[in-house]
Amino acid sequence: MERIPILRMGRFLLVTIQVDMHDRLALALQEDLTSRLSTTGARGVLIDISSLTIVDSFIGRMIANISGMARIMDAETVVVGMQPAVAITLVELGLSLPGVRTALDVERGMHLLQRSVPGFDDDMAAEGVVGADEA
Amino acid sequence: MTTVLKRDVLPLKSEQDVVLARQAVRKVAIEQGFGIVDQTKIVTAASELGRNTLIHGGGGEMVIETLLDGARRGVRATFTDRGKGIADIAKALKDGFTTGSGMGLGLGGSKRLVDHFEIRSAPGEGTCITIARWK
Repeated sequence: MERIPILRMGRFLLVTIQVDMHDRLALALQEDLTSRLSTTGARGVLIDISSLTIVDSFIGRMIANISGMARIMDAETVVVGMQPAVAITLVELGLSLPGVRTALDVERGMHLLQRSVPGFDDDMAAEGVVGADEA
Repeated sequence: MTTVLKRDVLPLKSEQDVVLARQAVRKVAIEQGFGIVDQTKIVTAASELGRNTLIHGGGGEMVIETLLDGARRGVRATFTDRGKGIADIAKALKDGFTTGSGMGLGLGGSKRLVDHFEIRSAPGEGTCITIARWK
């Protein structure tokens, strides 16, 4: 079955959703992410939805679920890149994604994650993922 | 008077069909010159209703129509199933009402996203929902 790739970058997991997801694919992502959180001990999840042209109640619920599951597994989730038309539609639909942290783009999302995971900069510098000047 | 310029029938028998159905709605909305927000709204509504047809109705079909009414251009989609039907339509339209595992935003939420929403259903007789949006 088709799956959405999950990339590991230091102590974060990165997911870029680039396909028009059917429901089972969204559920598979939820499962894959939680199992990757468990095996990698990642402290943050960044989900880039800038390619998604719609987010309906099912996908919205999947995003909220991932965020909640990750929190229980000691990881922060940031959803980035929501298109303005998608945001307008989502709120009108009745979904405002409470409890889900968002940022406008990947860069801002990464900053948000870095700030919200204590001791992250030291760890990343030690792993050589982030330059010392950035840490 | 409303004229139907084009009409297509798509099956809703699998999750992939729901994806194809929303892509078909998107295509017609673009052809009709809808802006990105209007496109997103009707596609999202179609996604909710297509999923309902599949999950609650046991599958069915979507009719997608390109409309012209004077100078107004519109898109209409009709979702039909022969499932168990809806006993209390007013209740089903309320946010938060669900018989499945969803959030209960599908029907009421879809109604808010379109200009025209019509539902016909009776227990044992299936459900037929028509939505339309005008440019």
